[in-house]
This record gives sequence, structure tokens and C-alpha cells, in this order.
Amino acid sequence: MQLREDYSNLIFYLSPLVAVALTLFFGSFIFLILDLSPIESFKIFFISPISNSYGISELFVKATPLAIIALGLSYCFKNNIYNIGAEGQLTMGAIFGGGIGLLFNDSTSVFLLPLMILFGAIGGAFWASIPAILKTKFNTNEILTSLMLTYVALFILDYFVVGPWKDPEGYGLPKSMPFPDAGRLPVLFDGLRVHIGVYFATIICFITYIVYNKTLFGFKLKVSGLSSKASQYAGFKYNNLIFYTFIISGACAGLAGLFEVSGPIGLLYRDISPNYGFTAIIVAFLGRLNPIGIILSSLLIALTYLGAEDAQLFLKIPSAVGFVFQGLVLFFLLGTDFLNKYKVSIE
Amino acid sequence: MQSIVEFKNIFKSYPGVIANDDVSFNIKEQSIHAILGENGAGKSTLVKILYGHVKPDSGEILINSDLAIINSPSTAKNLGINMVFQHFSLFESLTVAENLILGMNENISLTKLKDKSKTICDKYGFNLNLNSPISSLSVGQRQSLEIVRSLLNNPKILIMDEPTSVLTPDEISKLFKIIKNLVKDGLTVIFISHKLEEIINLSDYVTIMRNGKVVSTISTQNEDPETLGYKMLGYKVSKAKQVSDINFSQEIFNIKNLSTQSKDPFTVNLNKIDLNLKKGQIFGIAGVAGNGQKELMEILLNENDYEFSGDIFFKDLNINNLSTFQRKSLSISYVTEERLGHSAVPEMSLSENIFLSMNHKSEFKKGDFINFEKINSFASDVIKNFKVDTPSYNVKAGKLSGGNLQKFIIGREIMSNPELLILSQPTWGIDAGSEAFIKKTIVELSQKGVSIIIISHDLDELLEVCHEIAVLYEGSLSKPLNVENINITKLGKYMGGLFD
Repeated sequence: MQLREDYSNLIFYLSPLVAVALTLFFGSFIFLILDLSPIESFKIFFISPISNSYGISELFVKATPLAIIALGLSYCFKNNIYNIGAEGQLTMGAIFGGGIGLLFNDSTSVFLLPLMILFGAIGGAFWASIPAILKTKFNTNEILTSLMLTYVALFILDYFVVGPWKDPEGYGLPKSMPFPDAGRLPVLFDGLRVHIGVYFATIICFITYIVYNKTLFGFKLKVSGLSSKASQYAGFKYNNLIFYTFIISGACAGLAGLFEVSGPIGLLYRDISPNYGFTAIIVAFLGRLNPIGIILSSLLIALTYLGAEDAQLFLKIPSAVGFVFQGLVLFFLLGTDFLNKYKVSIE
Repeated sequence: MQSIVEFKNIFKSYPGVIANDDVSFNIKEQSIHAILGENGAGKSTLVKILYGHVKPDSGEILINSDLAIINSPSTAKNLGINMVFQHFSLFESLTVAENLILGMNENISLTKLKDKSKTICDKYGFNLNLNSPISSLSVGQRQSLEIVRSLLNNPKILIMDEPTSVLTPDEISKLFKIIKNLVKDGLTVIFISHKLEEIINLSDYVTIMRNGKVVSTISTQNEDPETLGYKMLGYKVSKAKQVSDINFSQEIFNIKNLSTQSKDPFTVNLNKIDLNLKKGQIFGIAGVAGNGQKELMEILLNENDYEFSGDIFFKDLNINNLSTFQRKSLSISYVTEERLGHSAVPEMSLSENIFLSMNHKSEFKKGDFINFEKINSFASDVIKNFKVDTPSYNVKAGKLSGGNLQKFIIGREIMSNPELLILSQPTWGIDAGSEAFIKKTIVELSQKGVSIIIISHDLDELLEVCHEIAVLYEGSLSKPLNVENINITKLGKYMGGLFD
């Protein structure tokens, strides 16, 4: 195994496509083993879910949180900080923002939703600031702390929906009252679930692009990610960067959490996220930590969620197949990256 | 003596450059064969081809008159070719013996390996304790370890890439003695260097390369450094000579009673260092590596809030607690020992590397936004003024040769208009052409009134450019000696720690 001298930038950006192609190829074996026709199955998995306006709307419903979280995570990952706890930050954002919605549940004010959005971001940022402080003050491993805090956040949500925030008219089910209409995210088209979170994702993508390419802050992230010694030489304060990137990614995850509960769901309950926070890690790397790439990869990964639902319905295979595909994509992506960087020779 | 290696019409091109252009010459068995050339002359590419690291576009290599296809370093090793690189690859936290066993292809027990290594060390006089951790080793000992590691593979040919650039004069003469003994026992040594004197002292033959082509392969018997230098460069090297009959008056930089009390066993504690630097003066800090240079540079840069007692003044301002950023803003510039990954980021373009060190300057920023246009034009100026050999400022810093990158970094720091420039090992491991250029630039800069501190292991370099030299020994700094009427015996004593 040797480092390649002619490490290619072009291939770096093409390798996600190679990874997707390999995933499809090996995925077809899974279908063959299950005695299903790969072509028919892929059609059900990847084409039929988006063959009508409802399907396309659902694609954006799923892609929106993935894109927002992954864009936030890209700040951390660029800086070589591994925030694995976006799921927890998402949950905390839902609790903070959703809590505002429940607190003012008879409000009709136009300011309710903006306040919920603000608190959603604050909740996520607050939860992300804990591993940031632990890392900068005590040099703890942020991968462990951010991951463990995810479970803490999930238990806190559990406590609220079976305890103080339980809907008194909810037949004892572990869920809150629905948010008032003023606290619901407007949809873009009547009858479809796609909501204004799409605009937020677009704006965050645009801002991120500017930050990465034009600003001092983006430059600092790039330098610190490549060489911490050079970053010190340049006079950048690494601890500040750790803190800021955690806050940004936490705020994004919190925002996504609030959008989920005030958008498609409409109330708080136990399972508000089908692992968006974890899947967004794949989305971020598949998109090469590039804001535009992240938008594209979020759409692709969202499709695996939809395809898995359809596959369960029509092919009678478990929806976990969707996670299998996500895993395969990540596996092949890491593989292609590795082979782009290193030459393997068998001795 | 017959030829052990024959290069036949080797071609190798990279995008934009031809690294080796029809290279043909022979290396005789049991000889010391030097390869001499400026940076970018193609020396490193050629030996990397021989070591199987780089594939030639065309051409053949014969080993013992048989055609050899060397695809990888392991094929090279099987053919008896070993290489000691300029940059060591050792595991810091492991012991000498553990590092040795990691390099072995064959299965061998640690005890057997220790016996074998012990024999080699005793026979050739390597001073290595097999059980010490790498972190406690001096640079010279690390190199010995790399050589012993190669010798364990019973090589026929040993390639050494600039082996003396990190060593003290004393270590160099020891190394040469070892190399000569190895050759007596049947080894062939290929030796890359740009130090002319060394080549004449050590090697039997020398192949001179320029712009990827072989200029000539000659015996070193009838050569002296001047004729060899002329052949290498195609022109005469002019020495940077310091004019020293200046009366320095204005004090710029003072260190008073600087000491450290670190408990870390791998650092050297500094002991009551005093230093006075005047405007336009070049002050050299000499000494063998590992006597506190690293720690002193850390404190001067202040990247990690290194703890110390004493005071540092820049123009009567106490800068003890000022950060790297604040010190740079006061117009103190730094060139660190490590180029890649410290004073430059290899994966970033030259332009971006300009901004790396200049981000405190408001002219390159509009608020929080970066003014890339200004940076690019500044980068072009650095490239032009400091003769950096590169097609554009978009080239990644890691693609430049050592000498070129160092010219770029020093150029960058000089063009930031510093009042004080602190350089650590400014010509470490770079070619003679760049070295001469950098020395000349430093001297000219001082004549414009910039004060300069050079920390270097290369005594010749310090004697050439500095006004005053002090020696760092086990954390203590000697009194400064005036270079104009320097007493070399006294300097030698200082280097050995004989001063109070």
C-alpha cells in the first residue's frame, strides 16, 4: 500500500458516482438472492417512488432535513471534528422549538412559528455546545461525547411525551398535543407535504458555499482541517473553531428537528426522526463536504428512504433494505477514496 | 571494477517538466558515487526510479549487467538495493529495536534481531542503544538507525538522499568514516548531495545533473569545490558576504533571563537566556540539534502558550503574553524549520499559502471576506522577486521542491515588510542554488535595516551571513561572538558547552 503521487482531484469528485454504481451492481445481487428480478426491483425502489407529484414532494420532505443537517455537519467535518451526535441535536431542537409551540398552544400570532424556529436552532446549538466545551476544556473525544448525548436527548424527549407534555386527550399514548396552526410550517402546495424547509436548505447551501469559498472563516476551517500546526502558525485559535463549528452544526440539526415536528408530524412523540441525524453523516461525505454536492446526495439518500417503503409494500421485503443501501454507498465511497489515495500492490 | 548499476536512456516526465531526460551512466561496484545537481535537476527522481518508487516513461536499468524491472521498493530490496531517505520514517513511541523489526521483510525474533543489529553497530561504530525510545534520540542517531535498518537487509547498493543535511560537522565525519568502511566491505553507495566539499571528500565518482540531463560523470580526484560548482550550476556561485563594519545602535529585540522549567523529559529546559538584537543586525544561534532550539523557537512564536519565566521585549514593548497573531501584527515574521505542514500547507495553493501567513493584514480582507485578487497578485510578486520556479500561483505548495518552496516562504515573509525576521534552519535540505540565493537575500534584507535571528545547525551558513553568533548548549546560550574577528577554536569550545 503506497501513497499515490498523482492523487486526482477529478476522481475525488467522481468517486461518489462510482460508489453509487457499485452499490447498484452489488444491490442487484441482494435482489437476486431474494429471488426477485433486479431490474423490476430497482424500478420499484428508485423510479416508482418519484413517478408522481406526491412522490416528488415526499422526496423533498425527506431530503430537506438530511440536507440541512449534512450542511451543518460539513463545517465540523471540514475542521476534522467528528460530531456524530446530530440526531441528539435534532431531538433537542424539536424539544426546544416544539416546547414553545406547546407553551403557546392557543396562540394565533404570526410570530409563533419564527420563535419556534429560533428556539429549535438554539436547542440544537445548546446540545452541540456540550461536546464542544468538553473537547476544548478537557480534551475529551467528541465522537464519544456527542454520540452518547444523543441517547440522553432521546430519553429527555421520552420523559416529556410520557410525562408533563402528554396529551390529556391522547388516550394515554406517548405523544403531545398537536401544535396550533400558527405553529405549523406552511406547505408549498396544497395537499402535498413538502414545506418551506426547502427554502431554508437552499439558503443554508448558498451561505455555506460563500463561507467556504470567500471568507476568512472558511479559510480557517480549511487550514485547520489540513494541518493543525499550520493553523497555529497562521495564528488561528483552534478551540474557537471547534466551538463555532459545533454551534453551527448543532443549530442546523436543531432546525431540521423543529421542521420535522412542526412540518410533517405536527406534534411531539417518541420517534420523530428515522435516524436523519446519522444518515446525514453519509450525506455529508457522499456530497464531498461540498454544499452543492450535499444537496445532490441528500436527494439520492432520501430516495433510499422512499424506495425502502415501497419495497416493503410491493416486494414484501423489509424496509431495512434502505439502510443496507445507505451502508453500501458509504462503504464503496470510503473504498473508492482509499484507492484514489493509495496504490495497492500485492507482494 | 565492473559496473553494478547501468542507467540506459531513462526518460521521466511530469506534467510541465521533464525530470529525467535521456539519463545514462554507470555506477561501479564498491564505489561511492555521488549525484550532484540543483533542485529540480532530477536527482531524486532518478534514485526513486532505481528504488522502484517511480516508474520511468522509458529506458532501462541493468543491475550486474542483467536487465532489472523494478516495480516497487520490495523488488528493489530483493535486488539488494536499499535507500535511506532524507526524511526519516520512525515510530516515535517505539524503541530502536522495535523500529528495526518493523522494517524487516523476513520473520526474525527480537532477540536475534538485536544480536544482529548489535554486531553491525559494533563493527561500524554506530552509537545506538537498542532499547531507547526514538523520542530520546538525536537527529544523528535517528539517521544511524535508518542506516542500520537498511544494512540488516544485507544490501549490495545503498542510496542515501542528502544524508548530511541534518548532521553536525562531527557527526558528518563519523558518517563518512562509516560509509568508507561499508564500501571496503563490498557495498556500493549512491550519495545525493549538493554540498560540493563533501562530495570531493567522500565520493570516488560524481554524476552532475542539470535540468534533468546528465552533464558529465567524472572522477572526483582532480576536482575542487569551485570547478564542481561551476559544472553543476553552469555559472559561478557568489558567496553572500556580510559587511560588518557598521555601528549598530538602536535596540530592537531583547530577551532577558529567559528560563523554562518543563517536567516533560523530552524537552530541553532553557536556562537564563539573554539576547540583544539591534536594528539591521543578523544574529546567529548555533549549536547541535536538540540543545533547546525547538523550545526557544516555540517561545519566540508562542503558538502553544509555552510556559517560561523572564521577559521578551520588541521595541521596548513586553511581548511575553502576545499571541502569534499579535506578534505578527507587530511586524515580526517567522520561517519555521518544518516547511510542509507548518509554515505552508502542502494541499493548498501558493496563493492560499500567502494568506496563511498574511491573514492579519487588512489589505487582503474586506471585512470577513478574502480579497483573492490582491492575494494572487501578491503571490505573483513573490514568485517573480524570489525566483520561485513554478508555472502559477495556483500550484499546490506540496508540488514544489524543497528549495523552491523555501524561497517562496522566505519571500512571503520578507514581502510582508517585517522589522524582525526569525528563521529556523533556513537552508535545511535545499539545493545549492536556492541556498546561495536565500543567503544573499537575507544579507540584503539586513542592509535595509531589518533585524534577523537565524537558528541553524549549519555553522558555515551562520559564519557566512551573521554579524554575531552565540551557541546554544543544553538550554544555555553563550556570549555572542563577533563574526568579523571570530576565534574558531573558541567557537568550537562553545559548541561543546565550554562557556559560562
